Amino acid sequence: MNNVRNKKRANKSLPFFFKDEFKVSFIIVFISIILLISTFSFDIVPPILNRGIQPATFPKALLILIISLTLIIYYLSIKDPWKIGKKLPKTFFLTLLSFLIFVIISKTLDFFLAISVLSFFVSYNWGERRIFYLLLVSIIFPILVFIFFETILGLRFPPGIITNLYYY
Amino acid sequence: MLTPLFSSKLLIVLLFGTLFGLILGVLPGLGPTTGGALILPFTMTLDPLSAIVLLTSIYCAGTYGGAITAVLINTPGTPAAAATCLDGYPLAQKGEAGRALGMATVSSTVGGIFSVIILVFFAPLLAKLAYEFGQPEYFALAIFGLTMLSSIGEGSPIKNLIAGAFGILISTIGKDFMTSIDRFTFGINELSVGISFIPVVVGLFAISEMLTQSTLLDQVFKRVALKAVKLPTKDDYKKTWKTILRSSGIGSFIGVLPAEGGTVASLIGYSEAKRFSKNPEEFGKGSIEGIAGAEAANNAATGGAMVPTLALGIPGSATTAVILTGLIIHGVRPGPDLFREQPDFLYGIFGAMLIANVLFFIFGFFGAKVFARITLVPNKILWPMIFAVSVCGTYSLSQSIIDVWIMLFFGILGFFMRRFGFSVVPVIIGLILGELVEGTLRQSLVIFDGNWLMFLTRPIALTFFILSLIALAFPLLRSKKQKK
Repeated sequence: MNNVRNKKRANKSLPFFFKDEFKVSFIIVFISIILLISTFSFDIVPPILNRGIQPATFPKALLILIISLTLIIYYLSIKDPWKIGKKLPKTFFLTLLSFLIFVIISKTLDFFLAISVLSFFVSYNWGERRIFYLLLVSIIFPILVFIFFETILGLRFPPGIITNLYYY
Repeated sequence: MLTPLFSSKLLIVLLFGTLFGLILGVLPGLGPTTGGALILPFTMTLDPLSAIVLLTSIYCAGTYGGAITAVLINTPGTPAAAATCLDGYPLAQKGEAGRALGMATVSSTVGGIFSVIILVFFAPLLAKLAYEFGQPEYFALAIFGLTMLSSIGEGSPIKNLIAGAFGILISTIGKDFMTSIDRFTFGINELSVGISFIPVVVGLFAISEMLTQSTLLDQVFKRVALKAVKLPTKDDYKKTWKTILRSSGIGSFIGVLPAEGGTVASLIGYSEAKRFSKNPEEFGKGSIEGIAGAEAANNAATGGAMVPTLALGIPGSATTAVILTGLIIHGVRPGPDLFREQPDFLYGIFGAMLIANVLFFIFGFFGAKVFARITLVPNKILWPMIFAVSVCGTYSLSQSIIDVWIMLFFGILGFFMRRFGFSVVPVIIGLILGELVEGTLRQSLVIFDGNWLMFLTRPIALTFFILSLIALAFPLLRSKKQKK
């Protein structure tokens, strides 16, 4: 009980720019403004070709709507703060990291190797220690998926150090 | 109605879809929407009817499947089964899991079949009405759909509106369809064709759910033992038949409205069952009426949600948004013309939904015990596999690695959206309706010679705008009433 009270007190005492409501609203408004500025660089259609409105008008209106609504939710959040889940655990960040590793490996080495590495990494970090299951998710299942897509769906995967062994 | 389904291929697709839907429904975090999104790329290898039959059978069976986990482990397999937990689990704890699941199975089947009947009668009527629609009416209708989704759907209405506007904004990426001018492409060639639906759908539903699951690894499920599913007794039927019929009606009606279908329907179905019950004090402690009210309503929403999806091209729920995506990628444009030109296709869908409801009754009745065991598959094995399928499925669409990056981007974005209370469903619906909203607005302005006020001279469009305003005001009125 005391912990909860202390936490609430701690949240109240946070400067506004440290609060999640401000950070999220700021990011939305910031990105929207950048996109709004970019709409001014869209080509303008000559009146003879222009049917109704310019191509930039509709996205501009949407961005202004998003900015206005974000300001409203921020204003409302001052009175009624958002309910935000508990602090993100280590496994979440490791999963995010595995996405990054996936992108790097699939771009530089091999698409399927990337899937295998990610599967192993995620499964291991989520607590799996049994070798058979780690092999199942990282080798057996990706091979089955490869065979399924390659033979049944006739898909050709991007070249890579392992995929090339199959193709050539 | 069933004639188009008399082919062994379609029956196999239907059988597979129902089984797959049940498995998806049983697994917390998956469900018919995520499952439908996952299977969407694979449907490209099927003909349009088989593809949509597969998706609709997953929808029907998945919605019911959520009840199995709701009753046995107090965790709704799908959000639509949340209300089922309230009485299903307490009844199961009393040693009556079989009775609870029996009632859930029967009421789901009745609700589902009821809604298919509504679909068969109302969808053609609505489609006929849609013949009166011109560009301004379609624009107003799309706006109405988005505002309804924001106000009735889960979470904050303003956040839902932001998410919907963001979805529409994504649809503007690429070449402008009227003038071929690049928008938001930032010099990246791949973006000039726009962003496909599938990477966004798979990212927002499957990948964001994977990230969510990574935060829930310490969750422990306690499963109640189940001997066998029991058909409800005469007494149970006497107690619940009115509730089942009422909830079927409520569910079908809520389903027709563009909102989050089953989830909202089951909550309203449940609360109405409590309001009309002779024993409201039993609710929350294992009331059989509570289970019937929630389950009949959420399954009835399936057929209801298909009404605007097929007749107008406006999705009635998150899963129908996925089905609509399936229709679009197969080159089928829902709307009145579909009813005139391809009645066999439509009757195939209606028939498939009807059979799926019967099939999940059989599978649920005899196989609930087996399906319940699926919950024992640990997330640390399941989700890496889902990732592999998601990546390959997304890549298979246009064999583009960019699509995979887009999927990952939307997965991460979806996770943070959900964390901060923004529903991802309006993004998908905004993306699907985006072209319709912008196209009809611009064409209307051409018709009106740029005079915006002319929208108000069209009675149907004006009605939809008024309804949109009411939909926007509804949450305000509701919160004021709650404060009182």
